[in-house]
Amino acid sequence: MRNLLLVLLFVPFMVQAETPQEKGLVIAIETDNRDKGWEDSFAEMKMVLRNRHGGESVRLIRVTNLEVDADGDKGLTVFDEPRDIKGTAFLSYSHSLTADEQWIFLPALKRTKRISSKNKSGPFMGSEFAYEDISSFEVPKYSYIFIRDEVLDGLDCYVLELRPQYEYSGYTKSELWIDKAEYRAQKIDYYDRKNSLLKTQRFKDYKHYLNEFWRAHTVEMVNHQTGKSTTLFWKNFQFRQGLTDADFNKNVLKRQR
Amino acid sequence: MQISTKMYSNVNAKLWLKTSFVMLVGRIVFSNVHAVELTGSASFEYRYFKQESALTSPGQHAPSVVLAPEFYAKWDEGKQSLLFSPFLRLDREDAERTHADIRELQWLMVRDDWELRVGVGKVFWGVTESQNLVDVINQTDLVENTDGEDKLGQPMINISLFQDWGTIDLFVLPLFRERTFSGENGRLRFPLLVDTDAARYESGAGRRHIDLAVRWTGSIANWDIGVSHFYGTSREPLISLNDLATSLIPYYEIMHQSGLEVQYTLDAWLWKLEAINRKTSSLAFSAMTGGLEYTFYSAFESDINVGLIAEYLFNDRDDELLSPFQDDILLGTRLTWNDVQSTELLVGLLQDLRSQEKSISIEASRRLGQRWTLSLEGRFFDSDETTSLFYQFRQDDYIQLEVARYF
Repeated sequence: MRNLLLVLLFVPFMVQAETPQEKGLVIAIETDNRDKGWEDSFAEMKMVLRNRHGGESVRLIRVTNLEVDADGDKGLTVFDEPRDIKGTAFLSYSHSLTADEQWIFLPALKRTKRISSKNKSGPFMGSEFAYEDISSFEVPKYSYIFIRDEVLDGLDCYVLELRPQYEYSGYTKSELWIDKAEYRAQKIDYYDRKNSLLKTQRFKDYKHYLNEFWRAHTVEMVNHQTGKSTTLFWKNFQFRQGLTDADFNKNVLKRQR
Repeated sequence: MQISTKMYSNVNAKLWLKTSFVMLVGRIVFSNVHAVELTGSASFEYRYFKQESALTSPGQHAPSVVLAPEFYAKWDEGKQSLLFSPFLRLDREDAERTHADIRELQWLMVRDDWELRVGVGKVFWGVTESQNLVDVINQTDLVENTDGEDKLGQPMINISLFQDWGTIDLFVLPLFRERTFSGENGRLRFPLLVDTDAARYESGAGRRHIDLAVRWTGSIANWDIGVSHFYGTSREPLISLNDLATSLIPYYEIMHQSGLEVQYTLDAWLWKLEAINRKTSSLAFSAMTGGLEYTFYSAFESDINVGLIAEYLFNDRDDELLSPFQDDILLGTRLTWNDVQSTELLVGLLQDLRSQEKSISIEASRRLGQRWTLSLEGRFFDSDETTSLFYQFRQDDYIQLEVARYF
């Protein structure tokens, strides 16, 4: 009873003290914290691209990530299909606010190329996902405003407005739905440079790994302006395989298959 | 394997024993081998030369087919693997362009801070777009393309050592591969044929001279740097007339070549430099390629990337026939549509700054469905310098269409 009284006394004070910006930041930090400690991960992804006439194109990709404390993660992406780009490998050291470091390996020439990371807003592999949509989530990348509470598909969610703080984003802002129970991204609306709704991303089929980490197994991106869509189907997640920085050295690119 | 054992079981016991032994060894060496993976491509290419050749034999139409499968197996939890990539081209016109090669037949062993590669392999060094001066491990398969990007498989032992301060690669190259040259009915050649069977070597060991190379590479913030040294048979032959002046003889000298490659990546800018110093018993020269590439991402409010390339090519060799890029510039553009079909276009102009000589190159490609690609290539040469390489090609402008099926 005394506890309840205390809570009742403090709640109005806390709410007043917390601006929408502060509340948004607190939710973003909690979201980030809930996904810390996986160390390294591997997963296979099937990417299905659909044009507005229903024509489909498929990419098969393997993704390995290394968690880096207090900075962006390291990622290694290897393409299996389409066959003409089989063995193409992409290595990225992402950073919160400074430019990412990226290399690509072209198997036909056996050539490893350092590439510019300015290309945030361009499409990834001809899909509806931009490079910035698939890069690792880091709190300093955005500013946050809590907008409202909303129930989405029966889940109590916070709705935040995110504005990119990094350069060369293709968006003015995005709106992010995060469920209150597990702090998982459920939906993102992206607004283009003219501030009109461009794309909606939905996260589905969440599964729990190591009793700690939630991973969506179906991620869909719909482009409202072109009618095109891309769906990612994830499988075979593996965590904590004991990977180190050495597994993300640019030398490893040429032995990916 | 089961079928073959059954087939031979009646032949004789000796053969059966032999087969069993091979199977047993196979089982020990490749225990836990995941299924052997077969991929690769088959393609049809059609080259059309705009003009008749200045020579009598070659025609204007040159269709050919290529088969390039890849066999791959890994074991030891992926720490060891074997890659086999044979290559075969059948060219209707040129008997020399009809050729087979082992591009790769390499065993790889990966450990925490080193890797070992033994067998036939392919290695790329360099950063620039117009040419790669520092790239000396593999011989150029010149009959494939005049751009020098196609390479013959090189027998090698290569150990890579990974350190905090970068990577050291050591190479022992026990067998030399000769450069390929067009034959009697081929285009893009000298008026006299290069008699590759009569190749001569400075070293008494000939093709068996053991070449050595070492390279350090490192990345420091925005800088990617490589420093290399090669000692052995020059991949680039000197060309001389035979005694009867009826054909050309390639002569391969022993060379020392030091190389430097630097790329500075900032924003949408790539600044690139390659420089070499080469010494042989007959010549010593320096050469460099330096320039930049700037990309406008999502240009014209579309998904298209427009890259602009400018490079300066220099050497102090004074031999326009064998190394024509003494004082030249490359101006080029690379368009990437970023569409589902990965449509790309690369156009380049190489202009000699001391004469009217120039060449234009066009490369375009697009995927068709999931398994096919369509590529278009054009090369155009213009020269009035009779002592220059491009003068030999002045009537060899061509357009080429290639359809490839991947499996």
